[in-house]
Amino acid sequence: MGRVVVEVMPKPEILDPQGKAVVGALPRLGFTQFTGVRQGKRFELEVDGDVTPEVLVAAQQAAEMLLSNPIIEDVVRVADAAVESVA
Amino acid sequence: MSATLASARIGVLTFPGTLDDRDAARAVRLAGGEAVSLWHADGDLQGVDAVVLPGGFSYGDYLRAGAISRFAPAMDAVVDAANGGMPVLGICNGFQVLTEAHLLSGSMVKNDHLHFVCREQVLTVENAATAWTNLYAPGQQITIPLKNQDGQFVADERTLDELEGSGRVVFRYSGWNPNGSRRDIAGISNERGNVVGLMPHPEHAVEAGFGPADATGPRGGTDGLAFFTSVLASLVHA
Repeated sequence: MGRVVVEVMPKPEILDPQGKAVVGALPRLGFTQFTGVRQGKRFELEVDGDVTPEVLVAAQQAAEMLLSNPIIEDVVRVADAAVESVA
Repeated sequence: MSATLASARIGVLTFPGTLDDRDAARAVRLAGGEAVSLWHADGDLQGVDAVVLPGGFSYGDYLRAGAISRFAPAMDAVVDAANGGMPVLGICNGFQVLTEAHLLSGSMVKNDHLHFVCREQVLTVENAATAWTNLYAPGQQITIPLKNQDGQFVADERTLDELEGSGRVVFRYSGWNPNGSRRDIAGISNERGNVVGLMPHPEHAVEAGFGPADATGPRGGTDGLAFFTSVLASLVHA
């Protein structure tokens, strides 16, 4: 069984209210070195068999059509999870 | 004319997680139309003359508000009908579905303060020429409920300029911007003016005794009713 990882982030020009709330909470735990947080999404898409180039193309299409909204988000990564863990 | 009004059939589309479909259907009836229940999994719009996408949390707002609903079979039919000129109104979650379906520009993200907001909200009617606003006066101030967490309207500057320049900003928040929406935008339309979406809820301000406070009393407000009488009027004139 193969697995494709898709990562989606809010566009840089879109203020990320969730990230802002997280960065506000960190100093209360003593983490004063983090000056900014942006919160995105990670999807893991499972397939029967290997992650072929065709599977990656389909994952890219799914990422653009459903997993992200191009008006507010960017697809920043579409990768074979097996390759990712080796790297 | 009243015979035509009575025969106008307005579909109200229900997704799993929709909350305000019954209120929307009731608003249609109070305005004098016939409300027709539509189900998301059914691609047949049953010959309705217009469609309302009501508020709620379709598919639990999973992924993004409106993101999964957009691909429901009924939405293919709604997109085709909207492109053919059928009046379509998206309220709150329905507005989010319409942006995800690319019938309307921009998108909604979480309110800038991250809190759920529930209040009686004053809006300015910026465009009184759409299918859903033709019985309002340009510049009219109306009060209808607002209740959401993902209500911050965002779009890039070019899109915002286009919306402003072509009169597609239909409603603006008045007095206070409750969620950080760009340029105080509460609702917009497509170029043709048949598709309108807004975050506040006109269907909750259609009957005296159950609406927001107004001059007549604590729950006397019926400022939302003209959405539904407007669309009936536009169908008569179509």
